[in-house]
Amino acid sequence: MIRVVLPFHLRTLAQAGEEVTLQVQGAVTRSSVLDAIEARYPVLCGTIRDHVTHERRPFLRFFACGQDLSHESPDAPLPAAVASGAEPLLIIGAIAGG
Amino acid sequence: MGSVRVLVGTRKGAFILTSDGNRKRWKVSGPHFAGWEIYHMKGSPADPNRIYASQSSGWFGQVIQRSSDGGKTWEAPGGGVTKSPQGMPQGESNKFVYDASAETGHALTTHQWYDGTQHPWEFKRVWHLEPAPNDPDTVYAGVEDAALFRSADGGTTWRELSGLRGHGTGPKWQPGAGGLCLHTIIIDPNNPERLYVAISAAGAFRTDDGGSTWKPINQGLRSPYIPDPNAEIGHCVHRIALHPSRPDTLFMQKHWDVMRSDNAGDLWREVSGNLPTDFGFPIDVHAHQPETIYVVPIKSDSEHYPLKGRLRVYRSRTGGNDWEALTKGLPQRNCYVNVLRDAMAVDALDSCGIYFGTTGGQVYVSANGGDSWSAAVEHLPPVLSVEVQTLA
Repeated sequence: MIRVVLPFHLRTLAQAGEEVTLQVQGAVTRSSVLDAIEARYPVLCGTIRDHVTHERRPFLRFFACGQDLSHESPDAPLPAAVASGAEPLLIIGAIAGG
Repeated sequence: MGSVRVLVGTRKGAFILTSDGNRKRWKVSGPHFAGWEIYHMKGSPADPNRIYASQSSGWFGQVIQRSSDGGKTWEAPGGGVTKSPQGMPQGESNKFVYDASAETGHALTTHQWYDGTQHPWEFKRVWHLEPAPNDPDTVYAGVEDAALFRSADGGTTWRELSGLRGHGTGPKWQPGAGGLCLHTIIIDPNNPERLYVAISAAGAFRTDDGGSTWKPINQGLRSPYIPDPNAEIGHCVHRIALHPSRPDTLFMQKHWDVMRSDNAGDLWREVSGNLPTDFGFPIDVHAHQPETIYVVPIKSDSEHYPLKGRLRVYRSRTGGNDWEALTKGLPQRNCYVNVLRDAMAVDALDSCGIYFGTTGGQVYVSANGGDSWSAAVEHLPPVLSVEVQTLA
């Protein structure tokens, strides 16, 4: 199972806990993980990435295993520790604004 | 006696205020959607338990919320938790995609940017939600960048009425300081095919065929701050209001100037009269007196607070020109708040109630048409919008 940590406001919106676990079919990439999140929590469509272009919303970042993966290709494999469920993928709201 | 429910959108959540017909003691619930910007909430005239809310965030974008029990509980239409990937429609309720069809898309690709170049339309947020008079599942959304969307399934899916952006002047529209926003939607209470919208800083527009075709209705507006002060578009309209008994009479608070039209917007004339300043944002009409109107004058476009730190609503009982200051119960010194365009409303009780919210977090109420005021609540986050429902 893939583990994903959601930021506070998206947890509230999805009525989910801090960490959600997902079954991902095929290669474990950012795209496939987000596909699984949006399928399970449709209210999160458009809140993490654009509905149409699937571009990351500007004030969100993706971290895992101590690395900032935000600028990696969405179709690049996530670290093996994320794919195995040993480490979570962190979706982080940027510290910006007031 | 009746009762009222006041829907307050703020920078950090939504609040719902309820009171009996005396409108003296208030019960406050909230914050709903805590931490999110609530640009607007509005109840359906056809079913007062149906309320729509625009929830948005610079981080997470737009969400539409819907209540079917008067605001006690909420749901994002079509956005519930699914047990399998195929279980439910994807979260369409927050999906506002501009029409780019081959039939209309050619005219809808760009608008004018601050530097005069053309710029792509980019959805940012929903400013205003206007439920249809007769169907709780039909609701219109005015969005930034300016466009009008309609849902006929309770906010689950949205379709643009692209005839507005596509009628011809769209590429000349230019954002105001607050963005290129469609902030006002008025449905003619006697003719559902006629709608009015207003856009900053493009102007006012009208459709007479349910939103298929549109025309600018800005004749008579004069804006010295644009190159052609009498231009067909480019006017910074802040708000329009009408009384249901006289749907052809419109009142407008423009960037500067309070205006009036008696022919459905075909021609406007200024009715600022003796106002101390005619800059402001909201304007509204008394529920039972179609010539009684209210504005909140603000010092200037550069100083968004009341003159001399005195918060005053101005009332005209003559449809404009002759105005009186309403001060009783409002702070008359050291008050430097603003009242935004969607933050004034009236109820329909026998003694008409007037409501407005401030950027200082107060919601003021007058239960006697403006003669005296009191704060229903204070210290909320900055108020973006106020709507009121008159309940049996």
